[in-house]
Amino acid sequence: MANKAKYKTAPLKCWKKAKELRNKYYEDYAKAHERGGLRWAGGAWTFSAIPSGLGEDVWSLSSEPYGASIAFNKELSLRCLEATEKAGYARDLCAYMRNYWGSIILNEYAFGGPFPKPDFLWQDHICCSHAKWYQVVSDLENGIPHFCIDVAAGPYTEVAPHKIDYLVGQMHDGIEWLEKTTGRKYNDELLIEAVKNEFRSTSTWAEVCVYNKQVPAPLDEKTMYSLYVLGTLNKHDRSTADFYDELRDEVKERVESGIAAIPNERCRLMSDTQPPWGFLSIFRYMEEFGALSVGSLYTFGLIGIWEDKPDGSWGPRTTPMEQGIEIKDRDQALRLYADWSLSKPEWQHFYSPHLKTEMMIRIAKEWHLDGVMLHYNRGCEGLSVGIAENRLGLIEAGFPVMAFEGNMGDEREFDEARVRDRFDAFMETLEVKKD
Amino acid sequence: MANQAVLDQETFETFHNWRVNRAEYAKQWKKRTGGKIIGYFCTYVPEELLYAAGILPVRILGSHEVQDVTEPHIFAMFCPFCRDCLAQGLKGRFDYLDGITIAQSCLHIRQSFTSWQKHIPVDYNYYLPMPNHVQSPRAAPFLTKELEVFKASLEKWLGRKIDDAAIDDAIEVYNRNRDLLWKVYELRKGDAPPLTGEEAMEMVLSSQMVDKQDHNAALETLLTRLSKRESTRSTGTRLMILGSENDDIEFIRMVELCDATFVTDDHCTGSRYFWNNVKLNGNRLENIAERYIKRVPCPSKDWPQRTRVAHVLELAKTYGIQGAIVMQQKFCDPHEIDTPALIKALNGVGLKTLFLEFDVTVPIGQFKVRVEAFLEMLQEDDLF
Repeated sequence: MANKAKYKTAPLKCWKKAKELRNKYYEDYAKAHERGGLRWAGGAWTFSAIPSGLGEDVWSLSSEPYGASIAFNKELSLRCLEATEKAGYARDLCAYMRNYWGSIILNEYAFGGPFPKPDFLWQDHICCSHAKWYQVVSDLENGIPHFCIDVAAGPYTEVAPHKIDYLVGQMHDGIEWLEKTTGRKYNDELLIEAVKNEFRSTSTWAEVCVYNKQVPAPLDEKTMYSLYVLGTLNKHDRSTADFYDELRDEVKERVESGIAAIPNERCRLMSDTQPPWGFLSIFRYMEEFGALSVGSLYTFGLIGIWEDKPDGSWGPRTTPMEQGIEIKDRDQALRLYADWSLSKPEWQHFYSPHLKTEMMIRIAKEWHLDGVMLHYNRGCEGLSVGIAENRLGLIEAGFPVMAFEGNMGDEREFDEARVRDRFDAFMETLEVKKD
Repeated sequence: MANQAVLDQETFETFHNWRVNRAEYAKQWKKRTGGKIIGYFCTYVPEELLYAAGILPVRILGSHEVQDVTEPHIFAMFCPFCRDCLAQGLKGRFDYLDGITIAQSCLHIRQSFTSWQKHIPVDYNYYLPMPNHVQSPRAAPFLTKELEVFKASLEKWLGRKIDDAAIDDAIEVYNRNRDLLWKVYELRKGDAPPLTGEEAMEMVLSSQMVDKQDHNAALETLLTRLSKRESTRSTGTRLMILGSENDDIEFIRMVELCDATFVTDDHCTGSRYFWNNVKLNGNRLENIAERYIKRVPCPSKDWPQRTRVAHVLELAKTYGIQGAIVMQQKFCDPHEIDTPALIKALNGVGLKTLFLEFDVTVPIGQFKVRVEAFLEMLQEDDLF
């Protein structure tokens, strides 16, 4: 750890555009009715390309990033959490979900004005809370039509035609339900376009992450959060796919020019699970040691779709378009979409922590890491599931691990000073000193 | 009265002994039959298939003892039940198992399975992707296919086919067990139920631990005895208990010593385990799949409609309950989300509820004070 090399650094040119796209997303949703359009709500994992077939005036509110946005505003978040608890819901439930419910109960939209009630709910069921999240939303809003697709067909290593059939069958039922619920005729061309956008955006995001294998890394994870979020909001939208192309080109250029995320990189780490959104300053604290998080399975694999490359490395999954597949009809689009989505890395761990450990070890090796920070996240059972086994597996593989407990969306469960102390101790064990 | 006392002691002794001495029973069963034993983590596992293969399926449950062996394996924000189950494996209390299996349900118990897979070697393990969207018409065909894969996996492990006749026999034995349990539950509807909630729990829990043929024989005897049994205790306030996994006999006993009787429940260790049968009609695996899809759901699968609420209200009505104890394992997300809706529904039909959060051990003294206050409140309702 004696390397004190200093690197060139520069702000991202496309940073402003990322912020604009995010703000536009939340504004489009809020103003959908003024424009004569439709609003729907659902999770970041959900098959968001499917409602696109209802028309180009359909806007969504993605639940987890919305919960995270509330968490970032500690004052609002506390009021939301307390409102949810007052309504009788347990304090240890998903923190995003509690923030979201609180926003409805208080009738306050995090981006100004009253909470914009969705016209329908289009959800996926990945963890114990996902489908039930919107059962409660429907209760709180006096009834909203709700459709949810179960994706629990098993890990991608065991994918089989009947598993794809299970998802695709539900998707077909969902499209019929969307037509009936909205009274609109479904447009398959729009669906195909949206599915292609999603293939492109999620593969390109993986490509962006691959560039972080470079030493020094062109991006730090705190910055990546503001970029990957577009994939959690609007992964099926052309604006996201185009933005990720632009970002990929810029990151490539940064690598070629030797532009680093931080000037003093000398300790490369990865995190795990969502960060405590109200305390992202801990990432800046790490930089005082020349330590940066180059990413995580979470930032790489919640949105990014990956595959094994011929040279044995992990890289962006080849899209159906790149394979020369022409998508001709609804069923074909849905089949490709189901298969693509089931291969998502930040999904396999729901079946086995051992699959996640393997992916984490792979990242640790290919991204040249010195250690791992595991956020034992009380706010998300879905991403904390199996995390203790991940710790054991990483240690067994020879990677130093720092575990810290916190909550992505409930500031009452995050002790910043204690985590900083723990990080100091971790740096000491890695023999890394502050500048 | 002397005969009655003997009867009381004997009536549930078999079930109690099976529950308490489950390891001894399992080892003797193995010796007697030469069969294999598979531990399962969730009642969505289609036991009929295992039984047809000559395997004894036994449910893995906790011990209600404080333990310190699971901390390295399961983050403490997950439910105490899943950690207690894993602890039993880590302590070697299920050393007679040849395999383990789980049907997909909540994330909590899934971790007991995956940690067991890695740290407690067994000859066979299988994760069954039981669909969560049981309200979808796509669920049963999907599960049927998954059962075919499961069956093939078992056959490969055992080195022999599971034939149709064996599946038919297994379905018959399991349906018989459910019918008999249901008949005993019917007796609880009477003004003076001939069994307590504690006894009912012993009966259902033991059915998850022993060969169903042995259990059926014991249930037949039980039904005969219950028909002659005169209750020697006051029924007191008629209660229902519902919520997460619950095998806390000590708690049930404590409540029933406060002039109350649990007359029904909605637990996977109770009525939810046996409420519906496999209806044989053509394809056997399809029929088994239908049974598990259509059973009274765990809240993790009860969406988008909340069908449990109507079921619980129906139980409340038919069993004539006067109040309900809504319990949950600490951190049990699916139940935590359902609880406000259930309490609202029960209150809506004039039934008061007491909510209690359970851990591996429960504070009996504190809970007793709360239960007594709850019962006093219900009794005041009768007075005024």
